[in-house]
Amino acid sequence: MLSGYGGQVLRVNLTDRTIEKTELDPELAKDYLGGRGFAAKILYSEVEKGADPLGGGNKLIVAAGPLSGLLIPGAGKTTFAAKSPATGGYADSNMGGLLCAEMKYAGYDLIIFEGISSEPAYLFIDDDTAELRDAKPYWGQGCITVETALKKELGEDFQIATVGPGGENLVKFACISHDFGRQAGRAGVGAVMGSKKLKAIAVHGTKDIPVADMEEFRRIGREMYDYCRASDGWEVWYRLGTAGVNVPSNEWGSFPTRNFQSGYFEEIETLTGEVMRETIVITDKACFACPCACGKYSYSKKWDIHVEGPEYETTAFLGANVAVSDIEDVAYANHLCDELGIDTISAGNVIAFAMECFERGIITGEDTRGLGLSFGDSEAVFELIEKIARREGIGDVLAEGVKHAAEVFGGDSADFAMHIKGLEISGYESRNAPAMMLAYMTADVGGHHNRAWAITYDIEVGRDAITEYKAAQVIELQHVRPLMDCLGACRLQWVELGMPLDYYAPAMKAITGLDRSWEDLLHISERVWNLTRAFWAREVEGFGREWDYPPPRWYTEPVPTGPTKGKFVAREDVEKLLDMYYNQRGWDTNGIPSREKLEELGLDFVAT
Amino acid sequence: MYLRADSSKCTGCRLCQLACALYRFQENNPKKSCLAIVPDFPDPGVFEVRTCTQCGDCVEVCPVECILQNEKGAYYIDRDECIGCLDCVDACPEDVIFTHADYEAPFECDLCEECVHFCAYGALYIE
Repeated sequence: MLSGYGGQVLRVNLTDRTIEKTELDPELAKDYLGGRGFAAKILYSEVEKGADPLGGGNKLIVAAGPLSGLLIPGAGKTTFAAKSPATGGYADSNMGGLLCAEMKYAGYDLIIFEGISSEPAYLFIDDDTAELRDAKPYWGQGCITVETALKKELGEDFQIATVGPGGENLVKFACISHDFGRQAGRAGVGAVMGSKKLKAIAVHGTKDIPVADMEEFRRIGREMYDYCRASDGWEVWYRLGTAGVNVPSNEWGSFPTRNFQSGYFEEIETLTGEVMRETIVITDKACFACPCACGKYSYSKKWDIHVEGPEYETTAFLGANVAVSDIEDVAYANHLCDELGIDTISAGNVIAFAMECFERGIITGEDTRGLGLSFGDSEAVFELIEKIARREGIGDVLAEGVKHAAEVFGGDSADFAMHIKGLEISGYESRNAPAMMLAYMTADVGGHHNRAWAITYDIEVGRDAITEYKAAQVIELQHVRPLMDCLGACRLQWVELGMPLDYYAPAMKAITGLDRSWEDLLHISERVWNLTRAFWAREVEGFGREWDYPPPRWYTEPVPTGPTKGKFVAREDVEKLLDMYYNQRGWDTNGIPSREKLEELGLDFVAT
Repeated sequence: MYLRADSSKCTGCRLCQLACALYRFQENNPKKSCLAIVPDFPDPGVFEVRTCTQCGDCVEVCPVECILQNEKGAYYIDRDECIGCLDCVDACPEDVIFTHADYEAPFECDLCEECVHFCAYGALYIE
C-alpha cells in the first residue's frame, strides 16, 4: 500500500449505477501527487474533447492529497474538479473542512463520478461499503438542511458534501457545500454535480493512513504546529480570520466596490473583521487539524440565522461590491447563498453587474419585472439570490454568469462585465496592482485570486511597475500555491503565519518514502499548470492570448475614488505583462505551451 | 491530575483526536482517540469537548476488575484481562470510553497530555 495515501480509487458511474474500486496507480501518485494534480490528469485523459460540461461525458473529480488527514497544519483541503460549465475550460475548486481526511480514513484518495443518474441519488461510503442511495426526499432542499438531515440519519461522524437548488438548477456558479459553511465555490463544480443528479456524498472511515517514517513524520508535524502557534501573526489571524484583510484591502484600493467601479468602499467601518467579531461571531471554526481557525461562525439576531462567515470574499461581494454596509445584511445574503448552494463571489459579482446595468438604463423595470436594482439595496440582493438559484425571471439570465448576461443585456455592458475567461473576478480590484492583474489574467480557472495572491509584490516593489520580476513572482506563486492543492493542504499557514516552505519536502519524504526536493515538487506543480493550460487549448475553440485579457474596465477606466484614484493599467502594459509571462513560461506569443516545454515537463501525451 | 476542556474554545479541528491516536496507537486515525468532539450545527453552532473525568464508574461495573490506575491516576483497561463485555462503555457518563473494530478491548484516556500540547486554542488543559 502506498504510504501517505488511502490507496484506493472509487469510480462511480451514475448512468448504469455501478461502482468500481481500484488500487491507486503509484505512477499517478508519483507524477501528479494528488488533489488537483490527479484532477488535471484524469480530466485531460478521460474527458473526451468537446464534451458537454453538463452532459454525461463530463466527470466530477473529488480528490484528497498525500498530506490530507495527517498531522500537518491545515491538511484538510478537498479538490473538486470538472470541465467547467461556466467557462468551458478547466475547473477545480478546493474546499476546507473534514471531507478529504474522512475519505482517506475510509481508504480513498479519489472519487470519479461519470454519467448521469436517472433519479436523484447520493453516494454513501462507510469504509469498504460504497453504494448509491435514493436522494429523492432531499432533492429541492438546501445544502445546510440536507447536511443536517443526513447527519441525523447516518450519524454525526459522517462527513457530507451537498448541492442545493443552485446545483440542481444548473446555475453556472453553483457550489458544493460541506461542514455547514465550507464550499467548493468556483467555476460551477456544483452545477456539474447537480447535472449528474448527485445530491450528496456521505463518507465515514475508521482506518489508518500509513506513513513511511512514523518517527520523522511526527517530529516534523510537531515542529510545524509549534511554529504556527508561536508565530507573530497567529493572534490576529485567529481573532479575525480572512475578514481581517477587509481594512488593508480597502486601504490598498483593492476592495471591489460597486461592481469594481472603485477599489475603495467609503462605508468600510461597518464591515471590518473587528465589527464582525464584536457583533455576530459566536464560534471559531477550523478545518481539519488546523491550528489557526479562519472560520468564524456567526449568528445574526436581525435575521435570526446562523452562517459561517462572512469571510473576506463574501464581505467584498455581498457587501462593498453591491454597496451594502450592514454586516448582518451581508451575513443574511451569505446564509441564502450557502443554503441555496451558489458561490458568493460570482453571485455578488453578477448582482452588482445587474445593478450597474440598471442604474445606467441598460436594463429597466421591464427586464426585472418591476424589481428596482440600486446599489446599497439589501432587499434587492436577497431577492436576486433567490431568483438566480431558482432561475426565475431575470435570475435565469444572471444564473448563466456575468459574461452571458452582458451578451443578453447588450449596450456597452461587456466593458464592465467583470470576468476573465467567463469566470467572475474575485475580491481584488487590480487597476493599481499589475502583478495581481496578471495573476487574474492567467489563473487556470479564470478570474480567481487563489492561484497567485500577487498583490503583496505590487506593494513590495512599487504599484505602478510593470517588470519581469512581477511576472516571475506570479509564475512562482502559481507553482507554490497550487502545489498545496496537489498536496491536499492549506496554504494559509505559509501565507499568513510565515510557515517556512522548507518543511514540506522533508514532510513529504517522511510520509511517502520518496526522496524529493522542494524543486522536484514545484516541477510537478508546473507540470500540472501546463496540463491545465493544454486542457483549455484543447477544449476552447480559438483559445489563446485574447482569453487572458482582463475586462476593458481594467485597462480603460481610471479608478474614480480612493487611494488608487486615477490609476489603470494601459492596454499596452497588459500586452507587455503577457509577453513577459509567456516568455518566462516557455509558451508562444499566443500563450500556448511549446512542444519543448511540454516534453521537459513529461507531458509528451499532450497534443499540440 | 485531570484532563479538562473549555468547550467554548474548541474550533472542531480534531487535531486533539489525531494527536491522541498517533501517540496511543501510532496510527493516523482519529477514530482511535480517547476524547470526543461533539459538534452541534447549524444551530446553536457550538462544539462540546468530552474528556474522561476519572470518575471511576467504569471500575465499578467491570466484571473482571481489569480497569486499573496508572502512575498519573488515570484509569486504564488492561487489554490482556478485558473480556470485551463493554459494560464500562455503557456505564461511562461522559461517553468517553471508546471502541474500534480492530480491538476487542475498549480504550480510555491515560492522561498522556499529547492533546493538550497540540490544541492551539487552549481548549484542553491539565488540572
